[in-house]
Formats: sequence, structure tokens, C-alpha cells
Amino acid sequence: MKVKGLAMAVFALLLLMAGSVQVGNVVITGMLSPAWSQEKIIKIDGSSTVYPITEAVAEEFQKAKKGTVKVTVGISGTGGGFKKFSRGETDISDASRPITQKEIEACKEAGIQYIELPVAYDGLAVMVNPKNSWVTSMTVAQLKRIWEPAAEGKVTKWSYVNSAWPDVALKLYGPGVDSGTFDYFTEAIVGKSRASRGDFTASEDDNVLVQGVASDKGGLGFFGYAYYAENSDKLKLVAIDGGKGPVLPSEKTVMDGTYYPLSRPIFIYVNKKSAQRPEVKEFVDFYLKNAPTLVKQVKYIPLPDMAYKLAAERFSKRVTGTVFGGEAKVGVKIEDLLKLEKKK
Amino acid sequence: MQATEQPEILEMRKRISSNKLRDHIFWIVGLFSTLIGFALLFTLIIDLFIDGFPRLSWHFFTSYPSRFPEQAGILSAWVGTILVMMVTAAAAVPLGIAAGIYLEEYGKKNWLTHLIEINMNNLAGVPSIIYGLLALWLFVYFLKFGESILTGGLTLGLLILPMVVIATRESIRAIPNSIREASYALGASKWQTIKDHIIPYSVGGILTGMIIGLSRAIGETAPIITVGALTFIAFLPSSPVTSGFPFLSFKWLLDPFTVMPIQMFNWISRPQTAFHLNAAAAGIVLLVMTLVMNGFAIYVRYRFRKRIKW
Repeated sequence: MKVKGLAMAVFALLLLMAGSVQVGNVVITGMLSPAWSQEKIIKIDGSSTVYPITEAVAEEFQKAKKGTVKVTVGISGTGGGFKKFSRGETDISDASRPITQKEIEACKEAGIQYIELPVAYDGLAVMVNPKNSWVTSMTVAQLKRIWEPAAEGKVTKWSYVNSAWPDVALKLYGPGVDSGTFDYFTEAIVGKSRASRGDFTASEDDNVLVQGVASDKGGLGFFGYAYYAENSDKLKLVAIDGGKGPVLPSEKTVMDGTYYPLSRPIFIYVNKKSAQRPEVKEFVDFYLKNAPTLVKQVKYIPLPDMAYKLAAERFSKRVTGTVFGGEAKVGVKIEDLLKLEKKK
Repeated sequence: MQATEQPEILEMRKRISSNKLRDHIFWIVGLFSTLIGFALLFTLIIDLFIDGFPRLSWHFFTSYPSRFPEQAGILSAWVGTILVMMVTAAAAVPLGIAAGIYLEEYGKKNWLTHLIEINMNNLAGVPSIIYGLLALWLFVYFLKFGESILTGGLTLGLLILPMVVIATRESIRAIPNSIREASYALGASKWQTIKDHIIPYSVGGILTGMIIGLSRAIGETAPIITVGALTFIAFLPSSPVTSGFPFLSFKWLLDPFTVMPIQMFNWISRPQTAFHLNAAAAGIVLLVMTLVMNGFAIYVRYRFRKRIKW
């Protein structure tokens, strides 16, 4: 009898659970009612490169608002983020490159207007194994020889790139093809966005790339400068020669644009309609106001104060559209960015 | 004495000792194979503990994610995981048990049940990302549940449904037919037999299957990412208990969420090593959650087995 009693209790519990799903269904129909949508949630998604900055801002913002506004941040990559943004699913999109022509059209079709705001600078670092004694700097042409689509299956040894380099197998590591970082690197090096050889180890997790390069004598990889800064003992940084002699990435060279062409501004895109909501407006103002300190804390390179001021102005005037015209621009310097911002 | 040492006997002794040697060799190979698995698991756990244990504190459980690794915690992640698991259990268990009972007790052995059976066994082996893609269309776009706890829970519910069905069927099958016949002989109807005998006797096996299914679901990341679990969530879903009528609220079902494996993945992909320690600590918590569930399954099975006397 005892068995039966216990068993029945369990069974009743299961039925109750089933019942709760039913009740849940009733709630679902209620979900579309205005009461639910009035809750103050700011939805952000997009680039994993911009994520640490947005996360820091969201953290501080929620503290400042004492939890009355909820902020969610996802990592779908710049491209994935724009897909959601153009469907109106998110209020703000993190982007590690300017919006592309295709994405502009998708937004236009859905009737979504957006405000483009640069928030920080990021340098892409090219890295080799510390045991690699033959490379201290590379030219853009050499990198192109390695990464262009035609190199696939052919440029497999260092000696093929430069006859002075040894006959060591060349192993390549790079971010996944859905990331803005990949888009930007191919644009800057190969000359065409997303044009790259396919036979390299791709990972969305930059630590996998760090491990790969660190354990392979013939390894070469590229990823955000912040990852080098944390792993400087395991990796060797390569100076990039963009035509004016080799330059190593550092806070200074990224900021003044001499680390060419692998430094880039990163952005947030705000849905203009969402910006009418007071909490979104407040969040963006908070973002631009606190960016100089927060960007530094998460190891990125802040824009000059002037740039944040111009961005804030742009936001308060609700200037929509992109200053990049849907084209990928390489090595935009701060001054150019400011000029472009002013023109609008 | 010399007379017993015939050549045949010598031959036989030789064979016996060579067989013993083989036996011995296999014993060593078997032991070695077992030890490899054990050593791997052990190293992994030790490594996890060395990295993560110092990070475990009350603060770690009660804080939201943060850009400062020392301040970051897993509050939103573990609450999200538990809520998603509740929805998963509520969706998969009644459905799975009902389907299992039908297939074993009611379903006639024809081509239809055969087809269902084959499908069920195959479904258990489908990669979880496929379930994620199905759920993205079904729950997020078609039923418009949004990227919510409900969607996440139902997705994982689909994932473990075949396991619950298979466990239910196996434990029902273990009940001897004489029990059913005795019940019918006393005039009980089919439903009475199922309700009073079949379910009580098989509940141990069913619960085990359910908990093992849930322990698989708790570590799943791929389908949950596909349906849109988020990475940074610094608030809890709305409370299920409210001060006004009707005192119960199901609004949390539609709130955005994150779960433990996603929080871990995010931390492990950060450049700073301090975040990697956080990931190890979250790994320990997840491991303990799974072990507790599995332990509970073993206990339940033991209890129910002990009480059944046929």
C-alpha cells in the first residue's frame, strides 16, 4: 500500500506539472497584451568583439537604475546581430564593422531606421609562435599571399611566401566566418570582404586560436589585440608594414592610426524607433558618457573625447544612416571618422 | 609417480597454463582500459577543482555576471537552468510516460506502432543541434513564444522525450505478465490495472529515465543557443509567486534567460585567465548538479525496487 501511495503522489505531481503547462499556455495568449510589452527591457545582440564593452555598460547602467530597467546582451556575431536587428527583434546591435549594403537594404525593407555610433577602437593583431625566429614583421602583400583564396592548398609552407624563410609547414588560425573580425581582416588584407582561403582553423573562441598558435611552431593567426595582451608570454606579435614601414600594434599606434590597415573603429547601432523609449535613450546617453572609462577597463582603446561628443550629438539629433555608405572602409583613422561624423 | 607424467597430461598442463596466461593478459588489458577512462575523468575533475574551487563562495552564487571576474557570479545562470529544467520535466515526462504506456499496453503490434518504435529509437540518437533548429522554427517563429524560458524548456523537453519513452517502456516490460493476468482475473479493467499496478511498479524505472534525461539536458548548449538564450542577463525572471490574486504567476515562462553551460562558454572564451577560473567554478557547480540528480535517480530506483515484492 505504501508503494502505491508514494507512486500515486508522484503521479499526481506529474499531472500537476502537466497542468501548469496548460496554465502557461493561457499566459502565452496573454503575453501579446500591452501589459507585457510595457516592461522595460532593452535587447542588445551582435558582435562578440563589442560584447565586453556593452556588458560593462549594461552592468553599470542596471546598477545606476537599481534594477528598474532590464538589459540583455547576446553574442550572435556582427552579421547574426544585424539579422535580428533588421527583423526588429533587438533595440541595439553591437557591430565590429560598419553595416553592409545588404544589411542596409534588409533594414530599409523592414522599415527600420538606425543611428550609427562609434564606441571604441580595436586593433587586429597578427601573431606567430614564440619559437618562430624568422619573422618579426610582415607586409600586407605577404599576408595577402598567405590568406587570399588562391593560396588554398598551395601556400602551405613559410618558404613559399618568402624564400628567406625556412621550409616549415604554415598552419593558419582565424576567427569564424560569421564574425565582423573576419570580414574586416579579409577586406583589409585580401582587398575583398570575406574572400579568404578555406583551409584554416576557424573558431569563434579566440582562446582556441591562442592555443593553436602557441603550440605550433609554424602557426600564424589573427585576432583582437586584447587577446594578445592577456597571452603575451605565449605568443609573438608581428609588426605590420602597411607601406610606411613595420608598426607593432599598441594603444598608441592603434589610436593614431599608424598601425595600418589593421586598426578599426567598432560600433553600436540603435533602432530609431526604440530610441523613442526613455529607457533606451537613457541607456545610449549613459553608454557614450561612460565609454571613455569603461572601454579602458575592458582593455579596448577609447576614442578621443571629441568623438564621443560628436556621437552624442548625432544621437540627440537622431541622425540616421551610416557614414560608410554600406562599403567596408579599411584603416579609418580617428580624424577621418570625425570628419565623416561632422559631415552628417 | 613417473607413471602419471604421460605426454597427454603434460600437453594438457601446458595448455592450461597458456590459457591461464591469456586470462591474465586479458585481465591486465581490461584493467588498463578501465583505468584510462577513470584516470581521464579523475584528472579532469581534479583540474576543475584546482582551478575553480577557490572561486566558490556564497558571493559567487548570489551575483550576476560582471566585467570584473572577481565580482562575477552565476545567479542568473543557475536560476535559469533550474527554471528551464522544470519546464523540460513538465513537458517531457507526462507525454513520455503516456506514450510509453500506450506503446506497451494499448498499442497493437502493427506497422504503425512498429514505425513509431523505430522512429523513437532513432530520435534518441539525433544530434541536439537538430532539435534546436526545429525548435527555433516551431516555438520561436511559428508559435511566437519568443526567446524565452518556455522555448528553452520545451526544446530540451523534445530532446529528452525519446529517453523518457524508452525508459518507461523498458520498466513496464519488466513487469511479469502474471501480474496483469491476476489483476484481470479479479475483474479489474485495463485502466485499473495500469493505474493500480503497472504505474506503481514501474515508477522507479520511469523516474530513473526521467532524471537521466534531465541530466543530459542540463549540460546541453547547442540547442539552447540556437533558440536564443542570452549571454548577459543581470536580473532574475519574474517571481512565480505574487502578492495579488491569483498568487501564482507564469510570466517567468516568457522571460529571457541564460543557463550554466552558456555562462561557462562565455567565460572560457574571454582573454583574461581570471574568467577561465570562473568557468571552472561554474563547471564544478554544474557537475555537482548532475551528480546530485544521478544520485537521486539511483536512490529512487533502489527504494522502489526494495519495496516491490511479487
